[in-house]
Amino acid sequence: MKSSVITFPGSNCDRDMDVALKKFGFKNKMVWHNDNELPKSDLVVLPGGFSYGDYLRCGSVASKSKIMQSVINFAKSGGLVMGICNGFQILVETGLVPGVLLRNKYLEFICRNVFVKIDNKDNPYFKNLEKDIFELHIAHNEGNYFCTGDQLKEIKDNNQVAIYYCNNGGKIEEEFNPNGSIKNIAGILNKEKNVLGMMPHPERMIDSCLSGEDGSLFFKNLLNNIK
Amino acid sequence: MQVNEKLAVEHGLKVEEYKLICELLKRTPNLTELGIFSAMWNEHCSYKSSRLHLKKLPTKGKKVIQGPGENAGVIDIEDGDAIVFKIESHNHPSFIEPYQGAATGVGGIMRDVFTMGARPIANLNSIHFGSTQHKKTKNLLRGVVHGIGGYGNCMGVPTIGGQTCFDRSYNGNILVNAMTLGLVKKNKIFYSKAAGLNKPVIYVGSKTGRDGIHGASMASASFDDKIEEKKPTVQVGDPFTEKLLLEACLELMAGDSIIAIQDMGAAGLTSSSIEMASKGKLGIEINLDKVPCRETKMTPYEIMLSESQERMLIVLENGKENLAKKIFDKWGLDFAIIGKTTNTKNIELFFNSEQVAKIPINILVENSPMYDRKWKKTKLPKKNKIQKKDLKNLKILDVLKKMISNPNVCSKKWIWEQYDHTVMGDTIQKPGGNSGVVRVHGTNKAVAAAVDSSAVYCWAHPLTGGKQIVCESWRNLISVGAKPVAITNCLNFGSPEKEENMGEFVECVEGIGKASKYLAFPVVSGNVSFYNQTKEIGIKPTPVIGGVGLIKDYTKMITMNFKSEGNLVLVIGKTEGHLDQSLFARTILDEKNGPPPEINLFNEKNNGETILKLIEDNYIKSAHDVSLGGILMGVSKMCIEGNVGIEIKKPDSLLSEFEYFFSEDQGRYIIEISKSDIKKVTSILEKNAVHYDEIGTLVGKSVSFNEKTIVPVDELKSYNNNWLKDYMR
Repeated sequence: MKSSVITFPGSNCDRDMDVALKKFGFKNKMVWHNDNELPKSDLVVLPGGFSYGDYLRCGSVASKSKIMQSVINFAKSGGLVMGICNGFQILVETGLVPGVLLRNKYLEFICRNVFVKIDNKDNPYFKNLEKDIFELHIAHNEGNYFCTGDQLKEIKDNNQVAIYYCNNGGKIEEEFNPNGSIKNIAGILNKEKNVLGMMPHPERMIDSCLSGEDGSLFFKNLLNNIK
Repeated sequence: MQVNEKLAVEHGLKVEEYKLICELLKRTPNLTELGIFSAMWNEHCSYKSSRLHLKKLPTKGKKVIQGPGENAGVIDIEDGDAIVFKIESHNHPSFIEPYQGAATGVGGIMRDVFTMGARPIANLNSIHFGSTQHKKTKNLLRGVVHGIGGYGNCMGVPTIGGQTCFDRSYNGNILVNAMTLGLVKKNKIFYSKAAGLNKPVIYVGSKTGRDGIHGASMASASFDDKIEEKKPTVQVGDPFTEKLLLEACLELMAGDSIIAIQDMGAAGLTSSSIEMASKGKLGIEINLDKVPCRETKMTPYEIMLSESQERMLIVLENGKENLAKKIFDKWGLDFAIIGKTTNTKNIELFFNSEQVAKIPINILVENSPMYDRKWKKTKLPKKNKIQKKDLKNLKILDVLKKMISNPNVCSKKWIWEQYDHTVMGDTIQKPGGNSGVVRVHGTNKAVAAAVDSSAVYCWAHPLTGGKQIVCESWRNLISVGAKPVAITNCLNFGSPEKEENMGEFVECVEGIGKASKYLAFPVVSGNVSFYNQTKEIGIKPTPVIGGVGLIKDYTKMITMNFKSEGNLVLVIGKTEGHLDQSLFARTILDEKNGPPPEINLFNEKNNGETILKLIEDNYIKSAHDVSLGGILMGVSKMCIEGNVGIEIKKPDSLLSEFEYFFSEDQGRYIIEISKSDIKKVTSILEKNAVHYDEIGTLVGKSVSFNEKTIVPVDELKSYNNNWLKDYMR
């Protein structure tokens, strides 16, 4: 399976994602933001970091960069596009997934493990996963997901919520919400379910001696689903 | 502008220094030249008060590839790999403008490391603030933490450890010390020594602006009432540009185009160009019209003294200009050929086709002043006799709760959760433990690092204090299973012009030197920060030690959380009951006098090496060194982290409970072992003549002492975890 990770100036989880994808059997290529064409890919990943310094709204400059037109076309033709952290911020800026990401509730960067509950397994990312509750890692300043009431209704009607912040027992409540996200939303799919944006970093959870191993389950399953 | 004595004094030079300049030049310098002298001869850049004493530090060792004198120190971690590391202060700017001050401190130290060809793999920091009651403390802490995070997080380098202290003596002068470790192949280390004639001198990175002019001079003076006016001397950081600069430099370094490279840190273009030429015994010619500027009408004086961040100076091989330019173009960075190396041994500056400065480099470097300042020895204070009646009314549980939530003991999670500590995917021990640990990417090795200070001990008796911090750093590395390799130091003191402060400096350095020599734990890099004082009030002497150690097989790494019920807990090293200068004496008894605990270097080495042996043989399940607050603080933290209780039995001895549990005798560790290993472990300890006490068994979810006092671990946890969070919100 072929994957592509886009490197924007200021991306800093691009190597980590490359390491993770290769570890679980993807043939990964790094793609420069200034390229015009995507290499042939089964999966395109927009990695975490601070693209273009995030000096404007996070992800907004990256969403207009050269390669993104190809990424958008790829997504619109049904290709799998996954945005993690800054990648999620870029995805909302392109409009491929609905909503916006505001600054965290306490205006502080948060780096810690969180639990998330998978809401919808009817998509190529989470299909066939045995567990519902995953321990993943977040590291962001702007992960406070927000959308209008109408959008929220549409998102729910279309089963677009991918994951919610919860506790280790799967309880989705405000006290387990690290950043103030509306309804504890941690990740969102597009209507067609081929584009996923989420704040947690599965690539940081791929080794028992790191923060944990739930990321490994995610990547192994993703590879099997694409095969 | 007329250059005269008065103007020289305004530049921070002493009258005698100005006279010496005129004498050496055999003429009056022009304004640009005066600026250059003031930048090169200030305390921050010239180490004029400290050089004499720093020479005494042990800087060599089998594992040392590069000691002090370069951008950072380098140690060998085998298999062709090396670690580049250094700690540096950014105290003055952080007090004036906490966010930018701290951010650019982190940016500066990372540049020092990647200048040498190393990719930064870990950051640490040591930050000291005034009393928690002081009106400025909260804002300064918030600003500094946001600044450190803002820069390090954007760079994508994990912040894996640190230290935060509060003490009244920092009310008017906070300390912000940042440390970076980088990984490099031994045969790809870059140095700052220029070589060869007519080699192009290249400027890369951000454009030059008017920020930070006189930053280094500002850092070489005490504060007064007008510090607000000094805001413009604080640089403004741009971590995004630095990330690009890092990637571009590493890309260029993969080839063989670079002869020498130096970041523009303190005193900017001035010190970087002069250092490179001086090390290569060359001259350098710079055409200032070519320097990329972001503001119009900048004068030669301003260009030379600007401390704009994220800039590098490179001496390139002839013919490699286009190749290099292509790389910097790709990353969207400025690239300009601004001059060349010459054989004149002068620095010569041109602007608008006119020569605007010409100074022999040896005058600037070798003739820079060096002072043998007067200093005063600190006598060892008399031991306090703590009376039994002072302790009579105390309840151990009350003391424990009070101490575990003390600002200097409590959990610093509120701080380190704001730092990305997991990016790069190799952090195997997070902040909050004895040391931060990162794997060497793609290998079985790991590198451990810790930062420590003990200002109270150094204040009470600088010589002992100096030794103590080196030992504490050593213990923190050993507690995670790392073999200590080398240290970097950041020496934060008051004014060297005051005999007491200078004495504190001299004796702390002596202490550091003695311990690091005995432990074969050499100093490979460092930084001195004097004038940490506002008007007449200086800080407690605060040398900070950054220690680095190697774990050959990272699966053997040890953490401090207690692992499982039924296991035994031992205290390694002898508890003598030394309470003077302990947290207990200072906060519970309000007793501030007396000597710090004694350092016995033989025991330190022997105990540490024995612990490493026990780890190597897989006997140790968890470990923690005994430091601030004594045994009970250490045990409580291990319970909190492991979420498991303990039944503690105080060993029979003449010591009271308070002396046993809260004394801060040195050279001690707490370890957890399996019950079935006790005989083998004690036989190793006995064979090595290491004292140990068995103090309890892990059981349940409560900490109990002598079967009569019980406190749930959860309760201790909330005392420990909540204090800082509640204080800040």
